[in-house]
Amino acid sequence: MPQNADNVLDHFELFRGPEYQQMLANKKRMFENPRDPAEVERIREWAKTPEYQEKNFAREALTVNPAKACQPLGAVFVAVGFESTIPFVHGSQGCVAYYRSHFSRHFKEPTSCVSSSMTEDAAVFGGLNNMIDGLANTYNMYKPKMIAVSTTCMAEVIGDDLNAFIKTAKEKGSVPAEYDVPFAHTPAFVGSHITGYDNAMKGVLEHFWDGKAGTTDKLVREPNEKINFLGGFDGYTVGNIREIKRIFNLMGVEYTILGDNSDVWDTPTDGEFRMYDGGTTLEEAANAIHAKATISMQEYCTEKTLPFIKGHGHEVVAFNHPVGVAGTDKFLMEVSRITGKEIPEELARERGRLVDAIADSSAHIHGKKFAIYGDPDLCYGLAAFLLELGAEPTTVLSTNGGPKWAAKMQELFDSSPFGGNCKAYPNKDLWHMRSLLFTEPVDFLIGNTYGKYLERDTGTPLIRIGFPIFDRHHHHRRPVWGYQGGMNVLITILDKIFDTIDQNTIVPAKTDYSFDIIR
Amino acid sequence: MSLAEKQSVAEIKARNKELIAEVLKVYPEKTAKRRAKHLNVHEAGKSDCGVKSNIKSIPGVMTIRGCAYAGSKGVVWGPIKDMIHISHGPVGCGQYSWAARRNYYIGTTGIDTFVTMQFTSDFQEKDIVFGGDKKLAKIMDEIQELFPLNNGITVQSECPIGLIGDDIEAVSKVKSKEYDGKTIVPVRCEGFRGVSQSLGHHIANDAIRDWIFDKQDPNRVAPFESTPYDVAIIGDYNIGGDAWSSRILLEEMGLRVIAQWSGDGSLAELENTPKAKLNVLHCYRSMNYISRHMEEKFGIPWCEYNFFGPSKIAESLRKIASYFDDKIKEGAERVIAKYQPLMDAVIAKYRPRLEGKTVMLYVGGLRPRHVIGAYEDLGMEVVGTGYEFAHNDDYQRTAQHYVKDGTIIYDDVTGYEFEKFVEKIQPDLVGSGIKEKYVFQKMGVPFRQMHSWDYSGPYHGYDGFAIFARDMDMAINSPVWKMTNTPWKKSPSKPTMLAAE
Ligand code: SF4
Ligand code: SF4
Repeated sequence: MPQNADNVLDHFELFRGPEYQQMLANKKRMFENPRDPAEVERIREWAKTPEYQEKNFAREALTVNPAKACQPLGAVFVAVGFESTIPFVHGSQGCVAYYRSHFSRHFKEPTSCVSSSMTEDAAVFGGLNNMIDGLANTYNMYKPKMIAVSTTCMAEVIGDDLNAFIKTAKEKGSVPAEYDVPFAHTPAFVGSHITGYDNAMKGVLEHFWDGKAGTTDKLVREPNEKINFLGGFDGYTVGNIREIKRIFNLMGVEYTILGDNSDVWDTPTDGEFRMYDGGTTLEEAANAIHAKATISMQEYCTEKTLPFIKGHGHEVVAFNHPVGVAGTDKFLMEVSRITGKEIPEELARERGRLVDAIADSSAHIHGKKFAIYGDPDLCYGLAAFLLELGAEPTTVLSTNGGPKWAAKMQELFDSSPFGGNCKAYPNKDLWHMRSLLFTEPVDFLIGNTYGKYLERDTGTPLIRIGFPIFDRHHHHRRPVWGYQGGMNVLITILDKIFDTIDQNTIVPAKTDYSFDIIR
Repeated sequence: MSLAEKQSVAEIKARNKELIAEVLKVYPEKTAKRRAKHLNVHEAGKSDCGVKSNIKSIPGVMTIRGCAYAGSKGVVWGPIKDMIHISHGPVGCGQYSWAARRNYYIGTTGIDTFVTMQFTSDFQEKDIVFGGDKKLAKIMDEIQELFPLNNGITVQSECPIGLIGDDIEAVSKVKSKEYDGKTIVPVRCEGFRGVSQSLGHHIANDAIRDWIFDKQDPNRVAPFESTPYDVAIIGDYNIGGDAWSSRILLEEMGLRVIAQWSGDGSLAELENTPKAKLNVLHCYRSMNYISRHMEEKFGIPWCEYNFFGPSKIAESLRKIASYFDDKIKEGAERVIAKYQPLMDAVIAKYRPRLEGKTVMLYVGGLRPRHVIGAYEDLGMEVVGTGYEFAHNDDYQRTAQHYVKDGTIIYDDVTGYEFEKFVEKIQPDLVGSGIKEKYVFQKMGVPFRQMHSWDYSGPYHGYDGFAIFARDMDMAINSPVWKMTNTPWKKSPSKPTMLAAE
């Protein structure tokens, strides 16, 4: 009997004992009708070949292990960034259970979100009653200052009209007539979670700026000196937004973070559950129309929001998730140009420290090959950083980045002496990536938690940067933006490089001559 | 130390009733009326818990429930390891449920085994407008090409499928024929069907009946020689290895397990189950349907059991043995005796640290009742429990065999109610899901996820109980809970929730 009260064995050890191993072998042999092990081995090897890759890339219908989620997830991400706001997703309730779990697994924090719980009868008659009852219940129970509505597939397929439904619900007294209920249609069969971010953010701004769905006058812009900041869908939102605030404060920039979810996803454990915490106030959201400019950190998360804002007279500037020295330089200089504020010496020193760190360590990164996958802007920012480290991001893949993104990546590769062997793969999934890692091996893979399956199958060490990160804790608390953020990314990459060297040199009397104490 | 201990049952009942009345006040009248039917204080001797169940959730209240797709793909079908399960529809549902349930298995993933992969048809607008049947057919071809060792395919329908009028049954039939009778199972588990995961379980069970059992040659011979001791484990999803730490006990008592449903299960095991002499059923809620069917159609009796904690395990081993001859009955006694020293040691170690601690539960199919015995083995008391998607027969079982007089019962609890109940009752531990975990931890209340075992497990069987006891101790007696109050601040004397005050 392997189990032991003094030293309780967990699943990873328990089942390795002879009793269980014997049992599992018997199960397989006698009852599972297993494949011939030689055949399994043959197919396993075949799946590594260029021939397999060709078939794999010829796929037209099947998606395997995509690196993207659906629109409403992005809408929930936006909604919780506003003061005392509840995301309300109109449609079937199972989706909402999934969004809440997904975020909680990443941030290790609660995520409050309600559903209108549509069922079969709503499929036939429409979900109007669900909207009417749902808004009334949410309003009474959770006393939100705002309810931000988005949709699941179900509501979209049957064609529910949010604008009309919310109007009717208000007429029926679900919530007061002047109560803020911004909305966005977020069909999951269009785009991905970053599209949902875009639609929901635009929905909130449209609500406040353009007359609250025809119930008040449109706001008239009276330009001031502030700038608006949009982070985009970002797994590091907690650390990043705090870092951006610190930078803006150092520069003396007046700003509004639109959708500031850095507090609600990082509340203290002190005996109180804060369903709401922090967030952009509704007043700030409305007044954001007066800003002189709006900055988006992620172009592909704000493809509709930025033109909307521009249409209201702002200057708009979009970045591609800047990481590292040049990206941060450009970001800061743009902020400085727009606001007229100087970049303080303190930030120049931070820059110098990041350059110093790169100089100290670049020998270990220079010439290394990387594969990256993730959201399109994140891929761009990371690839740009690797190029400035002298590394080669040879394989950059995005499920929700399209041909336009790929062209932009190619421009980036072309601009660097290290980009010659690099290629972008738009609209591809992690099964494509698996083939690529076999046929064109790299030294390291950068991606989210699901990359661990690629690490297992191909032996490529995984550096976890992206969303979601389920199997490591607290990464989202560290910024990846700003020079400090660049430092964090650099350290994360270096740690894996050094760990990998140590792993490769750890066999006593065989490889451990290189098991160096100083690196 | 909890309040419950110092109060009489009458006082507890009065407090719980007051508490229910209080939470109902937050709702609009119509909602309060509906919710009132789902909340109750258990009266000893009653045949059920006195709550309504398996009714639509109320819009906007923050139900914790999932959907039929979660019940089918996530629970019943997903763990069948040598089949490929297509999440048919847009990308989200499959993405969020990808490898999230910890259904352990042995196999070469991506080659002959596929559990922790996400196969999706990733619907685009054109698929919604023009229908997805052609795409589905093509997906099956591509699967055959790229994953030649798969033993079957299932189509797990997401919400849009049933709304756009696709005929996934026709596609499945055509493709099955084209691939020499390959098992291809269309499952109509769209998320809007039913009121929770529960209908998804039922639909998934029926799909096994219709597309696996009914398609078999009635004269088919088993690929193994039958014995009088062949049983199948039904309704164990092998979360953290639960089915393995259960199977080993059944085998040790002399039975032969010919199939696992569905954790670490394979198509062959499903197909061979009609050869079993007895089906042993753990999660009644999610697999009673197929058990009843096999009883009617093949005359296989089924027997519910509970492998949480030594008291219930021993009771269950004897109950299972009662269907067999003396050899098995002796085997059961031998197994119980074999593990007695381990159980004594576990209890000696942990019970003194856990004695008198109170627990509130809110989980899915069987755990709101099944784990109560395990807590009691550790000297703990369950003071509140409820189900996400139970039916009345679950509440009957709960009332008749598990809960104590005065236990507060909450069906399809809302976020607000659950937080209020915990705030007022102040249990020493809450056991529920990932969406609830951090809410209660913020309040300073120790918590264990009771769906995923908080990434631990197994909790089933004797080996699992040692882990269970260790984990509960670790949760409750972690030094972190002494640090939640800021020393220089006047501290809140009890957990609070700020939002809806
Ligand atoms: S893809 Fe559609 S049905 Fe699935 S989780 Fe997203 S919104 Fe819900
Ligand atoms: S108890 Fe619930 S979560 Fe667990 S297997 Fe049964 S239905 Fe599923």
